[in-house]
Amino acid sequence: MRTNDVILQTVSKIVFFIIILFSIHLFFAGHYNPGGGFIGGLLTSGAIVLLLLAYDIKTVAKGFPINYITLIGIGLLFAVGTSAGALLFNVPFLTHAYDYFYLPLLGKTSLHTAVLFDTGVYLVVIGVTMTIIQTIGESE
Amino acid sequence: MTVISEWLIVIFLLFGSFLSLVAAFGLIRLPDVYTRNHAASKSATLGVMSILLAAFLYFYFIEGHFSSRILLGIAFIFITAPVAGHLISRAAYNSGVKLWEKSVRDDLQYKKKEREH
Repeated sequence: MRTNDVILQTVSKIVFFIIILFSIHLFFAGHYNPGGGFIGGLLTSGAIVLLLLAYDIKTVAKGFPINYITLIGIGLLFAVGTSAGALLFNVPFLTHAYDYFYLPLLGKTSLHTAVLFDTGVYLVVIGVTMTIIQTIGESE
Repeated sequence: MTVISEWLIVIFLLFGSFLSLVAAFGLIRLPDVYTRNHAASKSATLGVMSILLAAFLYFYFIEGHFSSRILLGIAFIFITAPVAGHLISRAAYNSGVKLWEKSVRDDLQYKKKEREH
């Protein structure tokens, strides 16, 4: 029997943006508050899984034309790149640096290279979770 | 001002926990899935929303911290909890869970039969 999913689909369309905003908030809050790349990535993939529940895999793949396996590679590249970048400045591997910058809208902000490392964690977590769920979902 | 806000916090907290208790009693006492779902999704939603509102007022008036996450959580629960109740009820109906024997009408049954013919 074909079921009518209007309520679920409409609500998940709205709720998706709340979850994505909250995951981005968690990702950037990670330095001073609870949060960070891991939990932000999990929450982002949770939002995509909500869309997978409301729609089918093909529709979601059309909306997010991302190869999640290459996303894992890009994330690992971010992590290794920011760690190895420290070697260029004659400091040990994984040494991070920060400084204060004056951004046009945000004012005085401290930018830290640990954010780039966290971006790597974020992308790897999204990639791994979505790869696991999609491969389980696609197998008959 | 602090006295009023403290009273507001206390009232919202007690109201929310009372409603959660009502939801728990409804789950125990009501006869079938649909009436239980009715109790759980409605009063638990309002109960959790009042408790979250009390937490928001506490952090805003006593600690002086505007917590937008709690407001977002209130909106989120208000949107999602009734939909969860609706989906659970519909899954129960579609998998053939019987209504309470004293129920008088079931319009969806005729609609489903019409569709099958």
